Amino acid sequence: MSLIRSALVPVGGALAGLVILGVGLALLGYDAGAALGALWRGAFGSWYAISSATMVRAVPLMTIGLGLAISFRAGALNIGAEGQFAVGAMAATAVGLATGSWPAPVGLVATLGAGVAAGAAWILVPVILRFRFGVLEVISTLLLNFVAEALVSYAVQGPLREGKGIYPQSDPIGSSVRLALVPGTRLHVGFFAVVALALVLSVLFRRSGWGFRLKAVGEAPRAAAVAGGIRVERTVAVALLCSGALAGLAGAFEVSGVTYALFQNLSPGYGFTAIAVALIARTNPVGVIGAGLAFGALEAGAAGMQRDAGVPAVAVSIVQAVIIIVALLSVRRDSTEASW
Amino acid sequence: MDPIVGFVAAAIRIATPLLWAALGEVIAERAGVINLAVEGAMLAGCLAAVFGALGGGPWVGVLAASMAGLVVASLFAAVAIWGRTDQIIAGTAVTLAAVGITGTLYRQLLVTRGADLQLPMLGPVSVPLLGSIPKLGPALFQHPAPTYWALVAVPTIWWVLNRTTVGLRLRAVGESAGAARAIGLNTRWYQTIAVAVGGMLAGVAGATLVLAQVGAFAERMTAGRGFIAIAVVVLGRWQPAGVLGAALAFGALTALQFAFQAMGLRVPYQFFLMLPYLIALGALTGVAGRVRSPRGLGRTVG
Repeated sequence: MSLIRSALVPVGGALAGLVILGVGLALLGYDAGAALGALWRGAFGSWYAISSATMVRAVPLMTIGLGLAISFRAGALNIGAEGQFAVGAMAATAVGLATGSWPAPVGLVATLGAGVAAGAAWILVPVILRFRFGVLEVISTLLLNFVAEALVSYAVQGPLREGKGIYPQSDPIGSSVRLALVPGTRLHVGFFAVVALALVLSVLFRRSGWGFRLKAVGEAPRAAAVAGGIRVERTVAVALLCSGALAGLAGAFEVSGVTYALFQNLSPGYGFTAIAVALIARTNPVGVIGAGLAFGALEAGAAGMQRDAGVPAVAVSIVQAVIIIVALLSVRRDSTEASW
Repeated sequence: MDPIVGFVAAAIRIATPLLWAALGEVIAERAGVINLAVEGAMLAGCLAAVFGALGGGPWVGVLAASMAGLVVASLFAAVAIWGRTDQIIAGTAVTLAAVGITGTLYRQLLVTRGADLQLPMLGPVSVPLLGSIPKLGPALFQHPAPTYWALVAVPTIWWVLNRTTVGLRLRAVGESAGAARAIGLNTRWYQTIAVAVGGMLAGVAGATLVLAQVGAFAERMTAGRGFIAIAVVVLGRWQPAGVLGAALAFGALTALQFAFQAMGLRVPYQFFLMLPYLIALGALTGVAGRVRSPRGLGRTVG
């Protein structure tokens, strides 16, 4: 598919989704023009909106999206990123609170590392269940999302509850374990780390043996095993662990760079939106950055729409769904069959 | 109430919506389609049940719910079957759309009406004679009508799948779409109709949840029950009777939490919230490798 067409598809999907959203809102009696205007301003209305809403919300989408791109390449579907994000945020909060008095870089690395480890551990269960017991990761990762949600709910009302004990949220983490911000904005440096990671992955995917093995396993597992001598299960397992680790890192970024505390529903569905990000990017890491920014704009716009036009932010899920569907319909011809 | 009576009644109550959704999913999966949009269909059914019940009573609510489930399932069928796309991602996307649509409709049309909202409910129906047996009656024979209907649906679906030509062809499509097409079957229509009927049953599952149990709509109120239903289908080995057993076992294990709470165990309630999902995972692990799915399950049919 040409570069132009691969950019046209998501743009067309976004336009279709926005038209559907506008018509639907108008039918419900909302002022659709005002709602879509608020959506635009929330995402692109000012430098502050771009840097401190759109780009900030793009970070988790890009981070999770890169992980999903790795697992999609290997032909594995992780639809539990929402849960891995949540436990990553929880672990980062716990470690961040404990290491707040440590020297700055050590505490910060420990905080982010805790998120990575927790995300990887959370997907380790589905990985083991798949390769030891044959349970499909689609269902197991999905089910664990709800377990993670309950776990965070317990944490913010139990062991991690703020000292004052008023709200179900944690105390704020110390300044030494917070990510630096770009002056004048709320954009944390995690953004640049993710962009760098995307560039690295982009090289690894094309030039390294690992990148080749991922692709071989994803496109023709039997050929990869027989002709390529590739250990298929191991490759898929590592790909899934990477996607969990990155989703956990996204959770840690969110705590360490945006909210500074843990509370329930930290993610407005980033784990699911990131599926669309990876899909539209066709697992290309640089594409993930672009798609992540686009969906970040949509998330930021949704918040603006709720604030300024009184339209529930959840309405934007409709646009996201339409974009995924349009992308699916456009990639179907060169996609491989799901292996069941 | 006697604790054991309460436990059995709770087990059946929890099992009923799962059973409806899982029966619908059995039909779709026997035709070779794994429908993750069952969660979205159920959620749409919940909201439609509220509107229907407010407009014309609980039975209109059930009807509206099944129609909403049909609409969501048709959307999924259009994308996954007719668009020949990955069923898992298509199902996830359609569920996402259902979350957005129901959330928006709910906030615009219902939240503002607030507390004066009194839903006409589907009350318990006592089975004549059996319902008045002490202990056994309240446990087994005093449930809302959808529970009994589901028990009728189990043998009906079994009969259609295993004793009719349509059922045989539907299973053929699910096992080997290529072979089915070679004998002249229109595989896509078989899959579409299976998914559509499955969506209607998922809608009824949503109606049961709202009109026989909760009594109100809340955003994302299905909370993954559709996904648990998919696990129930695996546990039930893709057989209606097996699904009935699996749903009841699941209901019983989940209902254990009430027994634990009654015993005064000081466990945070969030761990009880986790229980259904962990049970589903554990059960899947237990049967994995010992069950055989329809051979064409999840394959995109060209």
